[in-house]
Amino acid sequence: MSETTGVLSAVLAPEQAKTPQDRVAGAMRGYAQEIGALSAFRLESCIHCGICAEACHFYIATEDPQYTPIWKVEPFKQAYKREASPFAPLYRLFGLKREVTADQLAEWQHLLFDSCNMCGRCSLICPMGIDVAALIEQARHAMFDAGLAPKELYQKAAHQRATGQPEPSAEPYREQLLAIGKRFGVDIPLDKPEAQVLLCVPRTDIEHYPSAVAALARVMQHLGVSCTFRSDGLVAENYGYYAGGKSWQRDISLRLIEQAIAVKAKTLLVPECGHAYTALRWEAADLYGKPLPFAVRHVTEFLADELTAGRLKLGQAGAAKTTFHDPCQLVRKGGVNDAPRALMQAMGVNLNELKNHGAFSFCCGGGGGVLDIERAAPLRYRTMENKLREIDDTGAGTFVTSCSDCRRTFDDAKAHFSWDKTPQSLLELVASNLTGTGNRP
Amino acid sequence: MDLLAFSRGPALKVSLVIFCLGVAWRIVGFALLRLRRDFNKPRTSIAKWMTGGLVTVGSRSWPHPEFIPRTGAGEALGYSYHIGLFILVLLFGPHIVFFGSILGFTWPGLPSSLITVISVLTLGLFLAVLFRRVTHPVLRMLSNFDDYFSWFVTALVMVTGLAATAHLGAPYETLLAVHILSVDLLLVWFPFGKLMHAFYLLPSRAINGALIARKGAVS
Repeated sequence: MSETTGVLSAVLAPEQAKTPQDRVAGAMRGYAQEIGALSAFRLESCIHCGICAEACHFYIATEDPQYTPIWKVEPFKQAYKREASPFAPLYRLFGLKREVTADQLAEWQHLLFDSCNMCGRCSLICPMGIDVAALIEQARHAMFDAGLAPKELYQKAAHQRATGQPEPSAEPYREQLLAIGKRFGVDIPLDKPEAQVLLCVPRTDIEHYPSAVAALARVMQHLGVSCTFRSDGLVAENYGYYAGGKSWQRDISLRLIEQAIAVKAKTLLVPECGHAYTALRWEAADLYGKPLPFAVRHVTEFLADELTAGRLKLGQAGAAKTTFHDPCQLVRKGGVNDAPRALMQAMGVNLNELKNHGAFSFCCGGGGGVLDIERAAPLRYRTMENKLREIDDTGAGTFVTSCSDCRRTFDDAKAHFSWDKTPQSLLELVASNLTGTGNRP
Repeated sequence: MDLLAFSRGPALKVSLVIFCLGVAWRIVGFALLRLRRDFNKPRTSIAKWMTGGLVTVGSRSWPHPEFIPRTGAGEALGYSYHIGLFILVLLFGPHIVFFGSILGFTWPGLPSSLITVISVLTLGLFLAVLFRRVTHPVLRMLSNFDDYFSWFVTALVMVTGLAATAHLGAPYETLLAVHILSVDLLLVWFPFGKLMHAFYLLPSRAINGALIARKGAVS
């Protein structure tokens, strides 16, 4: 086995480790060919000012320059310049840009996966206006094609693509869903032939926060919304998105798209899951190849609209000092800015904002699949210290968010740091403050 | 043909041709790449994307308040030498005469003594920028030949311009010729390196700002 193969094999799922050098060369050529005018413009525009580092929680926590966001796409910039840029023939002729090697790319796996949540804070600071996070997402696609997706993400993506579930479970999620309904005394609408709203669920909620699943069902029932889960498309998360496997991401999204079409849904409701929202709201139609015949909405958007329309009535949640974590994919990258606060305001939540909140909020540290990558945990904990400090500085005893992966990341931090806060779900807060008779038929 | 005639004759013409063709190709070269259609339903109207793009052109001129403590000093340094460069290029009498011969009109300039002071200050800022680039771990890691050579050709124009104005070390005609040759060199290098950001800055902010506004997110 060559040294290169050895390097790659150490970080690869076994089925990915075929002729790594060839795969890397092919992936980089594919990257350059598929880059498109927009990403090329972004790469062309970078002036190497390094300011993006100052927005990145990984750099801020470590002061290690390798975590500079634009540096994370350096090999891809190299490949673009060599293969597809306007002066590519000159770069090749004079050997000004070398081919990206397998070793080089293997080294970058840590930068593109372990130390990037694709949170997009770097995209807010760039003086050239470059969407660095979009470049990183595209680089992840090439890493996947090169066989360099971290094995945890690759395996979960493969399993989800094949079965609909990211991981095997003792009982299928369908059965677990029904069991949650029984346990919490709420009807779980399942496999209805037609419905206005297609529901899906984060597997994180099924496995860790069943009360959030019950809350979703309870709120929808209270509102009298025609809705259903579908056994053939239950899971909201998209591990293809995390792993960088574009065609796998499409296949996984298609499960939900097909179910929404099958039940003639007008809305696909994304539960409290940030990356699912990005994957379905802002990427699924492109992968589908045409506009989706239904709307994609996050549950907080949906509920805020119901509130505005007067169909959702909420009681007062109490005067406890509360703070809120804005999930990056919903707010910064998704534009769901006002809905969570509208809901909290309606419940009279005593909201004490974090120092960096809204679009400028720091990531929880677990997004982008980082929470699933075991070896990334020490670095993740280091980056989280700043976030936990911000939360503590608000003096709030109650801490709410609207993404179950963020919630799980904070719960993990709670155990690791013996932190005294318990992250709560905004959806569950809404469900426990429903008033009136609702709109049950 | 003496050196001065060469510098502002054939050398300048060739440089301008390379500059124009190079800049055009650098833009056309990537603009010809595939532009993907976005099928995801926008959250906002086209008018809001356009507004978002235009607002971003202005708003990214200075960091959001949340970022200022970490980036304000670096950005202030960057803007300072850019402002110095603009003043030197556009408000120095001989430059105005040169542009006037092309454009057919002129505008008031600054006194030579003030220009000299601004030149020295701008050169000082330029040295500070270089010092920062080689000492700041992030900038040092990101920097390549393009960064240093672009700095060099720009600084060379300033140094030779100062020398010509101050009549330092050689006859004025020779110093002026060297200054114009340094400008020729800058024009030739311009399309190949990061100096192209002069053309990219506004469209880059506008396009990315519009795409973020399309999602209804903050830009």
